[in-house]
Amino acid sequence: MVLRLTVLVLLLALVLRPDWFASVFAPLAPAGGPVIYTRNSLLSLSLNHLGLVLAAAGAATVIAVSLAILVTRPAGVAFRPLARSIANMGQTFPPVAVLALAVPAMGFGSAPTLVALFLYGLLPILENAITGLTNLPRATMEAARGIGLSRWQRLVRVELPLAMPVILTGIRLSVVIALGTATIGSTVAAHTLGEVIIAGLLTNNTAFVLQGGLIVGLFAVLIYDAMVQIETRLARRMRI
Amino acid sequence: MVLSPYRMALSAPGVLFTALGLGALLLPYMTIAANRIVAGDGVMAWQVAAPGATWPAVAVIVTGLLMGLPASMPRLRLGGAVLGIPGLIALLIQGAPALLEGAGEYARVSPGIGFWCLLAVFMLLLADALAGIAPGPLARGGMLAAALAGLAAILWSGALSDLSVLQEFSSRRDAFVSAAWRHLGLAFGSLTAAAVIGFPLGVLCHRRAQLRGATLPVLSFLQTIPSLAMFGLMIPVLAWVGTAIPGAQAIGIAGIGFAPAFLALVLYSLLPVVGNTVAGLAATPVAALEAARGMGMTPRQRLWRVELPLGLPIILTGLRIVLVQNIGLAVIAGLIGGGGFGTFVFQGLNQTATDLILLGALPTVALALTAAIAMDIFVELARVIPDTGHD
Repeated sequence: MVLRLTVLVLLLALVLRPDWFASVFAPLAPAGGPVIYTRNSLLSLSLNHLGLVLAAAGAATVIAVSLAILVTRPAGVAFRPLARSIANMGQTFPPVAVLALAVPAMGFGSAPTLVALFLYGLLPILENAITGLTNLPRATMEAARGIGLSRWQRLVRVELPLAMPVILTGIRLSVVIALGTATIGSTVAAHTLGEVIIAGLLTNNTAFVLQGGLIVGLFAVLIYDAMVQIETRLARRMRI
Repeated sequence: MVLSPYRMALSAPGVLFTALGLGALLLPYMTIAANRIVAGDGVMAWQVAAPGATWPAVAVIVTGLLMGLPASMPRLRLGGAVLGIPGLIALLIQGAPALLEGAGEYARVSPGIGFWCLLAVFMLLLADALAGIAPGPLARGGMLAAALAGLAAILWSGALSDLSVLQEFSSRRDAFVSAAWRHLGLAFGSLTAAAVIGFPLGVLCHRRAQLRGATLPVLSFLQTIPSLAMFGLMIPVLAWVGTAIPGAQAIGIAGIGFAPAFLALVLYSLLPVVGNTVAGLAATPVAALEAARGMGMTPRQRLWRVELPLGLPIILTGLRIVLVQNIGLAVIAGLIGGGGFGTFVFQGLNQTATDLILLGALPTVALALTAAIAMDIFVELARVIPDTGHD
């Protein structure tokens, strides 16, 4: 817990008060070159970065869970093998390639990044949601049917809550990938924290690279950790 | 002829594919542009060459789509995909030289949105039909080999060399070959290094719960760090190693280039290797372990002759994850001077040259897909071996 708090404080300091670290990064900057990235405020880059991830992951969750519900109903069962193969094979597409291929179709900026994040983010959630909704304990399902719950009630009150931990794991995977892909998004001119790293790479300024890398890395680690915490809490509550 | 209603039942995904495919036929099949940078004008499938050449190909494509319809005949549906994809390529082969004729020295033709959509539809039909047939690992291996051989033969024959992306290739043939070797070296080299480090570490973690509790969370946090940040963070670390340790620079360790990319990939690979080794070893049935102990096997013998063969599918699954992931991540090496197909992707993004992006992205995607299919086959073969009762 202490460690978590320290990391959080360090991250906030890096984003909000970058000049505090000037003396730390100074030896890495080229002689006479800038030490701290000032072209865009780190706060606005962070917010933009997280905003992209949140929008993409939110949309991906809604669509992927709806699709999973659809293919696990009797009417959509014919599409289930297809949904599985798409989720399975689609994830072998490298996220960078998805991003690069979105550019010819949509031009530069945040739009191709958002689309790439969304499309790629769909797959882990879809895969996990299908798994979660098909591997339900048979006895529980019989019981739900036995006490006279309608199909809709079974879905909302029994199936989705039971599948929730697996779905959440999918969302976590999706968010982690989205954070990474959004970073690369700055190569297609999306305003994300990757910009700081790219600027450092282009001008041989290791101080920028380290600064951007640290901020992105700490964000990812903290978000990942928070989502694991939520999952374990939920799993514990389910067991009671 | 009377068909029973059962025979006539339509596959719901097949209906969707046919609708999407017919829709995609109404999109521009190819584009022609004055040079490699400007956006091209779309040309419809039946207009890319003389009508006598295009209509038969279009008919083949439509037939392929229609063959995907009957629900109860997965082999016919597979045939539809196997017929449709060559049909798409035949249309490209006829269209490219016909469109270029008299279009100017710098003109470029590329497959358009219609081609890519139809290709995606036929790939989905292929996947859906195969899910219905469920071929064994050897049959799938044969199909993969046949598909790769077909693709290689078409590319080798030069029938498609008028396409813009292959023109980019022919002007950078040497760079492409070295990028390909570098990409493979990064992906397979880091896989080997990760296996050499991760496998013993996994065995140790399996034996000692304390070590396991300390190692796996660290590795999963490493896995979480965005790739660009990880590649970037390796630069100062290796730059320091390169200057601080005498002789390190002589063997190519420096802040930029191959070394940081390689190290970043190895770090990413450790979690799947170690995690799946632990999971694979832990999955050994208790009865098998008891029997091995009862036979008087030493711990080493138990590891090599019982736990490993039984855990092999799970361990191989870890290697599959690593290989596919590293083929994709090696693209990022292009940003830090590490070479590979990423070089073309990022050059292409800088010059807004779509075909250069494709020259980097398409081989990467093809490589990742091939690796995934091939590794899935190995995983399944590994699962079969312990059941045969051999040894």
